[in-house]
Amino acid sequence: MLTCKELAALVTDYLEGRQSFLERMRFELHLGMCRHCRAYLQQMRTTIDTLGNLPEESIPPEMSKQLLDRFRDWKR
Amino acid sequence: MTVAQAQTTNGIASTDERALVNRLLAGDEAAFTYVVERYHGPLIRFALLFVATRAVAEEVVQDTWVAVLHGLPAFEGRSALKSWIFGILANRAKTRAVREKRTIAFSELSAPGDEDEPAVDPDRFTSAGGWSAPPGRWEQDTPEKLLLHRESLAVIEKAMAALPASQRAVVTLRDVEGLDAAEVCNVLDVSETNQRVLLHRGRSKVRAALERYMAES
Ligand SMILES: [Zn+2]
Repeated sequence: MLTCKELAALVTDYLEGRQSFLERMRFELHLGMCRHCRAYLQQMRTTIDTLGNLPEESIPPEMSKQLLDRFRDWKR
Repeated sequence: MTVAQAQTTNGIASTDERALVNRLLAGDEAAFTYVVERYHGPLIRFALLFVATRAVAEEVVQDTWVAVLHGLPAFEGRSALKSWIFGILANRAKTRAVREKRTIAFSELSAPGDEDEPAVDPDRFTSAGGWSAPPGRWEQDTPEKLLLHRESLAVIEKAMAALPASQRAVVTLRDVEGLDAAEVCNVLDVSETNQRVLLHRGRSKVRAALERYMAES
């Protein structure tokens, strides 16, 4: 039986699909019985989803214009 | 960019991408502006992983756009446009980092160190390996809720900044920019196993920072 500590160390392997069938079974068996580890996995997922939604800075208009000039030169 | 306009994994679909590249090659200015606006922010973020100042990062990104234009006729679409552009930037930024003597920070890419760096503070577990201080349910439990608060955004940025350079690079490309594992290995020239170790350590620390913040607020 996997311990909570061991499960926490395997979360990325699990999310990356890098486990064998048996390893995955063991992982999911523990998850099914342990709400703390379910909470932990949920926190990891929220963290990852949030990182994927960070606001992105936009390009300064003058740089955009400069690059467009370059593009026009390149076209010729 | 707002949360609602979040980037999709791997950018746009490849048929659309091919069409986009064709429009660029045909000199379509609207297509060029679209690409520049879409990738400028991510490129600046990525360049800042390698170089020390914002001014240098902007310079490297400008150079990258010029190189993209030069390379475009030969772009074969074997990789996604985004990871192709990131690859060009990585080469330029690394050259720049060598000149600035900042490459040591990235030695971890080839050797993440085998010293045990646990994802969770060992004190949170009993000697039997069960949780003694179990994680709870976060009040802000979705990206939308988290990013609504300027404090949580600052917590994430701070946690990212505190990561070792190689962990920050992998987490940025994988989790922030949505490249897949193979693309990150290619762009950063890192092995699949090391990529996964660095990703695990980096994102675990960001989670821990958010958990501390959630416990305080
Ligand atoms: Zn557990």
